[in-house]
Amino acid sequence: MSVGAGVDLEALAARVVANARPGEQVETYVVRSRETEVKVFGGHVESVSVAGVQGAGIRVIIGGCQGYAWAGSLDADVVLETLAEARDNAGFGTPDEHIGLATREEAASVGAVEGLDLWRDDLASITTEAKVALALDLERRALGLDTRVRGVESAEYGDSMVESAIANSLGLASAARRTTASCSVVTMAGEGSETRTAYGFSAGRTFGDLDPDQAARDAVERTVRILGGRKVPSAKLPVIVDPLVCTSLLGLYGAALNGEGIIKGRSMFAGRDGERVGGDAITLVDDPTEPRAFGASPFDSEGIPTRRTPLIVDGMLRGFLHNVYTGRRSGAGTTGSAVRGFKSAPGVGARALRLTPGNRTLAELMSDAGEALYVQSVSGLHSGTNIVSGDFSVGAVGLMIRDGVLAEPVREVTIASTLQRILLDLTVGSDEVWLPGSAVGVPLLVGEMALSGS
Amino acid sequence: MIDASVLERVLAAALRTGGDFAEVFAEDRLVSSAQLDDGKVEEFTSGRERGAGIRVIRGASTGFAHTADLSEVGLREAAAAAAAAAEGGGAGTKTVGLTRRTVVRTHDIATFPETIGKRDKAEMLLRADVAARAEGSAIEQVSAGYADSRRKILVANSDGLLAEDDQVRVRFSVSCVAVGDSGRQSAFEGPGGTIGFEFFDRYPPEETARLAARRAITLLDARPAPSGELPIVLERGAGGVMFHEACGHGLEADLVGRDASVFKGRLGQQVASPLVTIIDDGTFAEEWGTYAIDDEGQTAQRNVLIENGILTDYMWDLVRARREGRPSSGNGRRQTYQYLPMVRMTNTYLPRGETDPADIISDTPYGVYCVQLGGGSVDTASGDFVFGVTEAYLIEDGKITAPLRQAQLIGNGPEVLTLIDAVGNDFATWPGTCGKDGQGVPVSSGQPTLRIARMTMGGTAS
Repeated sequence: MSVGAGVDLEALAARVVANARPGEQVETYVVRSRETEVKVFGGHVESVSVAGVQGAGIRVIIGGCQGYAWAGSLDADVVLETLAEARDNAGFGTPDEHIGLATREEAASVGAVEGLDLWRDDLASITTEAKVALALDLERRALGLDTRVRGVESAEYGDSMVESAIANSLGLASAARRTTASCSVVTMAGEGSETRTAYGFSAGRTFGDLDPDQAARDAVERTVRILGGRKVPSAKLPVIVDPLVCTSLLGLYGAALNGEGIIKGRSMFAGRDGERVGGDAITLVDDPTEPRAFGASPFDSEGIPTRRTPLIVDGMLRGFLHNVYTGRRSGAGTTGSAVRGFKSAPGVGARALRLTPGNRTLAELMSDAGEALYVQSVSGLHSGTNIVSGDFSVGAVGLMIRDGVLAEPVREVTIASTLQRILLDLTVGSDEVWLPGSAVGVPLLVGEMALSGS
Repeated sequence: MIDASVLERVLAAALRTGGDFAEVFAEDRLVSSAQLDDGKVEEFTSGRERGAGIRVIRGASTGFAHTADLSEVGLREAAAAAAAAAEGGGAGTKTVGLTRRTVVRTHDIATFPETIGKRDKAEMLLRADVAARAEGSAIEQVSAGYADSRRKILVANSDGLLAEDDQVRVRFSVSCVAVGDSGRQSAFEGPGGTIGFEFFDRYPPEETARLAARRAITLLDARPAPSGELPIVLERGAGGVMFHEACGHGLEADLVGRDASVFKGRLGQQVASPLVTIIDDGTFAEEWGTYAIDDEGQTAQRNVLIENGILTDYMWDLVRARREGRPSSGNGRRQTYQYLPMVRMTNTYLPRGETDPADIISDTPYGVYCVQLGGGSVDTASGDFVFGVTEAYLIEDGKITAPLRQAQLIGNGPEVLTLIDAVGNDFATWPGTCGKDGQGVPVSSGQPTLRIARMTMGGTAS
């Protein structure tokens, strides 16, 4: 079934590219989504937002020059005006022999993965009342689990049903659709002037996948265990990061392994292909064909089938992520890693990064670590880290680890190292968690980091 | 954008299920951007987005729907969806009569960006590329971005308000990679303003490019930043983001209202050093966060939040202000018509003080001098915040010495505000995009050169 107004996305995309003039390449990406967002506060509905979003992005290439235009509409006249604007924009780019749309040959280099089941029809039949009830239930559970919880900062439910289609004038066409549902809660706990907050969530492909009880339990556990946290003296010590923090960290490595950054020298991995960048046990792949990954997708945003791309194998740098442009320019070929929204031309990005799990559980990593810091959340990931230099410095909230167990909570400290050093000094845990976003979470032990405190 | 009579009928339809308040927010946004990388203009992009968001408030609950269809039929459908989504229900007939509000602009736009040819916009990128590369052979990569936007908005609500604004912004950014024996470093500079193409008279592309290139080259000689507590001097402009994080977010009435701010219940109290006055000013001419009306149709204002260390007021949007029986402070903003508005900052700054900045440095035996900060973030409930330092130097014996590598500073808002012990007589601002609850809006922040007696720097050098 489909959602929203009855525009046939594949037909619309095909109709636009049929307007390509001789000597011109045209690509159309059209997307339509239906989203619901419910926020509750204090036992009442704060807001319910029900909305359909649609848009079209058109790329025109003439003589190696690229132009792009987009519109927040699927109205046929608007889309044709957008094509004219993209065509005009192409007149102002600098020619580049590697610029071009995906060809059928490039698309045929691997077969598209079959059977990725990313859409749940039943989500469309869930009533707004049921979604509101879930959010209210989530808030109530979070408030009732522990007397130290004194409030809920936010309790939300959200879902989306997204359909998209791509067509290009070289004869390539693909379509994709996916549903997602999630709920999240931020709890506040504390006595006197102290207030600490933490976050819990549950996510899946449809309403029925959600576990509000688990989301509430996670939020409450993570909030109350950091009560009474203090700044500790600066030290160098081992650090264990939570699977959630791991996905953020992998996001940075994924960005540094982006072929665009590599060919333009904007990555710490530029010019290091084939070199050792991690310990023997470090293997990192991007695998959007993995059905358990939230970022799974059979095709990329240029219509190329996705595939498993090894990036670091046994500690050696073995590959980068590429779209058609970076793949041609580097000579490596596309890896089906184009990503985009309709408001921009395709870039390059990871969808499902995964470190090969090790054989130590979180408990075992903790007993291996000795006196160490367990980090449950980090802040400033985009201000204190740099994938070009590799500098890494972030705010951290967590607990000390002593004798293999969590001990006193710690706040207002930073942890710092470099992304290069972290990779060389990393032990990957065994317990994987499939989380929303573009990476799989797993506990990580970093041998030594600089903790800055008092 | 839409006839007043249509708006009146749509608002009446929105209130049909017994809502207390209804609003139509319509937007027509035109953007154009161009990106240069590797010496090549990669592409020009243009985009257009039009639509309306309609909300219906009943008690404490809001129903919201939006549509890209600005016809009366499209608007009425969205109104019905918003009305259905508002909690409860009932029936009522209300008529709405709209009165157009005169909008006062803080400044005029001299040259609308859409009157400038694409070739002239591309020229700015190429000039930046040349200037950055001229700074030295260490500059290996230059990327530059040009972006302009024209955002026409219309707000009509069941109180009878009808107001429109036309917001023009231009931003230009350059980022450079420098390569040396010590490895690779990158640096960024990105001025922006609520201003037309005359922007480039004030910020020539060469100037922006040189700043980014010199910063990247300087970083090649940088040593690891210190680890631990020490005095921090923030150069004018650089540290505005600190006030944005240290107290700005905590003074947003929605967060205060849900008990998620350390500044709740502290009005009239001393919350900062007497040297600290904090103002949020949506009328600051040509600044990145400026507008004539906010996204609820309320006139932008200059709001004093902290005066000589005393907390004087929070920032308000219309909904929360109505609930408290007070006027909005003109801080209701939304990313686009597809979002509900909430309390947001505009241009948040600490006005100039009395001390010569040179004296602040010479009076600091040991510390860190910060020239550029990256973004930051805050947990408003605890007040703990961080911000990244992207250009900084050691201060030794009252003199600026070695450059330092990128690191994070961490502190607690209420505590840091009391630790400000010197405020300079200079001033500058800094533009950025503030993210809150998934929505980004343009804001700026500003401050004179100032010193914080101690903060924790998250470097790796012991």
